[in-house]
Amino acid sequence: MPVLYKITVENSGEATCYEGERVLVALERAQGFGRLKNLPRKLPVGCRRGGCGVCRARVLSGDYRTAPMSRAHVSEADEAAGLVLSCAIYALGDLSLRLEPPQLNKPTKQTSNIT
Amino acid sequence: MALTGVLRPGFVQVRVLDMQAALEHYLKRIGLHEVMTGEDGRVYLKTGDEFDHHSIVLRKADHAGVDLLAFKVASEADLDSFEKRIVAYGYPVDHVPAGEQPGVGRRIGFTIASGHRIELYAHADLSDPKPFIHNPDVWSVEPHGMAAQRFDHALFYGPNVDENLDFFEKVLDFRCAERVDLPDGLLAIWLSCGMKAHDIAFVKHAEPNKLHHISFELESWSDVGHAADIITRYDISIDVGPTRHGITRGQTIYFFDPSGNRNEVFAGGYTYYPDNPTRTWDETQIGKAIFYYERQLNEAFLTVVT
Repeated sequence: MPVLYKITVENSGEATCYEGERVLVALERAQGFGRLKNLPRKLPVGCRRGGCGVCRARVLSGDYRTAPMSRAHVSEADEAAGLVLSCAIYALGDLSLRLEPPQLNKPTKQTSNIT
Repeated sequence: MALTGVLRPGFVQVRVLDMQAALEHYLKRIGLHEVMTGEDGRVYLKTGDEFDHHSIVLRKADHAGVDLLAFKVASEADLDSFEKRIVAYGYPVDHVPAGEQPGVGRRIGFTIASGHRIELYAHADLSDPKPFIHNPDVWSVEPHGMAAQRFDHALFYGPNVDENLDFFEKVLDFRCAERVDLPDGLLAIWLSCGMKAHDIAFVKHAEPNKLHHISFELESWSDVGHAADIITRYDISIDVGPTRHGITRGQTIYFFDPSGNRNEVFAGGYTYYPDNPTRTWDETQIGKAIFYYERQLNEAFLTVVT
């Protein structure tokens, strides 16, 4: 039997996430089924691979494991406080999330050009 | 007219979060070949249809994006003359010694107004695999994966696109093949140093030094379809396509590497001659300019970068 977890998106609805599935992918499917009715805006979906930062979210409760995510968008301190890229986490139980997309075009730290 | 000065994009150095995942993607899916791993861990890749030592450099990092894009110039004398012109324009130039990347001669580097590091170099060793040059078969090693033929171009996002246009035209002798103008000013430019519709492109964006995509050329529209099959079969994150760009007319797919850097594979596009007038697009047709069949921008095109 596949293992399913419930992902609750604060004030928006619920998604069903399979074990081993990126949480953002479950949210995209739930949106397709019309289960995230009260999102303030379209679900932010970018690279789905931890690089671009648009799917940033805060985990309010629940256990998960993480894949690599860009430190330009989630610092180690952020991550310790539950801030994640939802494409780069996998649920280990039911989760509760708040979407916290970055303000678009907000300057991030400038990195040196390493050659 | 023969090609002089800047010949083409030579290589791009890409930051990846997970080297093994990146290698699987670029080697098995895009269809590149591994040339070597350097002492510092950077991995050097190329297509089987490129002569020079490498065209893609992967560097493990804690954030995605690109470190630099390097163009190959025709001669050592060109390097010296471009250095003088770049300095005269007001940009500081630094020097990267030969061998900093294996197989590549001395480079000069500078930062353009959009925040990106650009480099020029004149020499690269050849490496295998490469095309045959005597009684040449169509390939020396059988194409695999998406069968990328070359690293073709990059699209970068950042501020001061107007200044980039001025710099590339006046200092590096590029020409503007196409541009998009909005009521509040220049949005985007597609620049050519040869006979491709673009070798580098820029879109205006508040944050400097961002990557929109690196692009690989495929042989045909049916290869683009095969690439789409690979993208689904191996659960590669898709962005848009297969579709066509109005700008350049390229037939295309956008997708993401395992670190979230956007890739393009494309076929077609027109031949650009240096006496061609610049093609222009305005706000009313911008959807068609970018995605010719959908005829509207997706939100990700203007916002998702690394």
